[in-house]
Amino acid sequence: MKYFQLVWASLFRKKTRTLLTVLSLAMAFLLFGLLQAVNVLFSAPPTFAGADRLIVQSRVSFTEALPLAMRQQLRTVPGIEAITWRQWFGGIYQEPRNFFPQFATDPATFREVYPEYVMPEEQWRAFETTRTGAIVGRRLAERFGWQVGDKVPIQSTIWPQRDGNKTWTFDIVGIYDGRDEETRQRTGVMWINFDYFDEARQFARGLAGIYDVRVADAGQANAIAQAIDSLFANSPNETKTQSERDFQLGFFKQIGDIGLIVTLILIAVFFTILILTGNTMAQAVRERIPELAVLKTLGFPNGLVTALVLAEALLLCAIGGLAGMGLAQLIATGLARLPDFPPVPLNLAVWTQALVAIVALALAVGLPPALRAGRLRIVDALAGR
Amino acid sequence: MSETMVTVRDVHKAYTRGKQSIDVLHGLDLSIPGGDFVALMGPSGSGKTTLLNLIGGLDQPTSGEVWVAGQRIDRMSSGELARWRAANVGFVFQFYNLMPVLTAQRNVELPLLLTGLSAAERAQRAAIALKLVGLADRAHHKPKELSGGQEQRVAIARAIVSDPKILVCDEPTGDLDRKTADEILTLLQQLNRDFGKTIVMVTHDPKAAEYARRTVHLDKGALVGEPAAH
Repeated sequence: MKYFQLVWASLFRKKTRTLLTVLSLAMAFLLFGLLQAVNVLFSAPPTFAGADRLIVQSRVSFTEALPLAMRQQLRTVPGIEAITWRQWFGGIYQEPRNFFPQFATDPATFREVYPEYVMPEEQWRAFETTRTGAIVGRRLAERFGWQVGDKVPIQSTIWPQRDGNKTWTFDIVGIYDGRDEETRQRTGVMWINFDYFDEARQFARGLAGIYDVRVADAGQANAIAQAIDSLFANSPNETKTQSERDFQLGFFKQIGDIGLIVTLILIAVFFTILILTGNTMAQAVRERIPELAVLKTLGFPNGLVTALVLAEALLLCAIGGLAGMGLAQLIATGLARLPDFPPVPLNLAVWTQALVAIVALALAVGLPPALRAGRLRIVDALAGR
Repeated sequence: MSETMVTVRDVHKAYTRGKQSIDVLHGLDLSIPGGDFVALMGPSGSGKTTLLNLIGGLDQPTSGEVWVAGQRIDRMSSGELARWRAANVGFVFQFYNLMPVLTAQRNVELPLLLTGLSAAERAQRAAIALKLVGLADRAHHKPKELSGGQEQRVAIARAIVSDPKILVCDEPTGDLDRKTADEILTLLQQLNRDFGKTIVMVTHDPKAAEYARRTVHLDKGALVGEPAAH
């Protein structure tokens, strides 16, 4: 500790240069923290822990629709409390930047499977009885200023009506809210009446994208998922049953090999930061050669001078790295509060990886100048040779 | 003056620059008693700084013996020399060579970091050293906030803070005006006279050499004539 002040003062000898390097390191570790967290998220094995709702999709892909007739078979699986189904509508309201998710679903069973969404009783009834009816979440309604009774035209990018028209007009018959704060955050979705949608669409009638199943006992979710998949094994419609969380992750996995993308980005980022920080350290030591020679003159042994330069590199990387990781932690916490966004786990594993990266980076950028400083010949260094 | 502080016996020193070998010192012999104040004078390239570096344990001879403060230092390893320097030698350079990022107080404390003293003890000793050189009121100033003379006083405080047996000064007034140089030389003289410090000082300046007890002249790597007492 007695050398800390010397190391600290040396590090901030050129304040602007050091601060810029710290900023670069912070940005690199911000990316590292967030991307590694995403990596952890996507590489985690499927889990049914605490899942009281399961998503049944085609084994091939969630874009492959399943027959509506399957609901009868699903009802025979013990432990299932409620079943509903839905189809991705994929519509645009006015312009593409207004994107929000829309699904066609069965109003009565939707309510059974998603009891956390609350709405006045007459609005639920209106949703069930109005063929062109749609309900929207509170956040979505506030976003566009919609009220019950409004007619909303949505242009589907997938589904034409029987007459070929892709513009569907829905009557807003209800605005639902969340039972708790977490659910309220997820009220950015529009739900339309499946029966009307199914009858009016030009193709794929009688098919649903996925089934949502609520189980009586979350502890049995894994067994129920296996039972469902066994039920449809070797049939034309083999299924893949997952927890909601894993199903959501499946959406993002469509982007590509997330792990590979993340790794490539991080390699590029760290290569750049290695060059940048390495250059800063080398320059900082080059400028201080006479000072380092004076330390040796005073009796500082070679090993101590090497250690001081290395400590400076470690301090530089630690300040930048921890600042970046701290920022990543804040952002991850903020993202976790966003609706329909999987929690980004900036957990102990990611922090450990970051600490290892900080030390490795410090060694990579600090060791060459530190060894050079340790090997300095005093008389040559003092004479400027 | 007490027993011999420095003994240089048949010392040769050669440097290799590229493929060329340059002989700087040729079989030099010198003896400096403890408590002496010796000025080393001579033209550029005469070997006076090389001799000073050998006495200060910054460099090692090609052959010959160098004894300082009762220890033979020409055979010490780099680590042993570092420890020996920390315990026995104080250095004063022409361009002060202070750490620009540290205050005067912290600069003076630097040699004490190598000791087992506590932070409070280090601070106390540095304060005493600064007071001794007349800079107690500038302790918290950084080198760029001090004049050349004040910087050299801080460097002298740093050199004496660990109570070394010998002070090695390389052109300590070479960068100072006459008046300030005289003040610095008076301070060195005081350290020699009042505290018994052995001082070996390289200088080009005959006026500076007058502050020493005696002057040794070098030319082409060898002593010239007999040491002149002042």
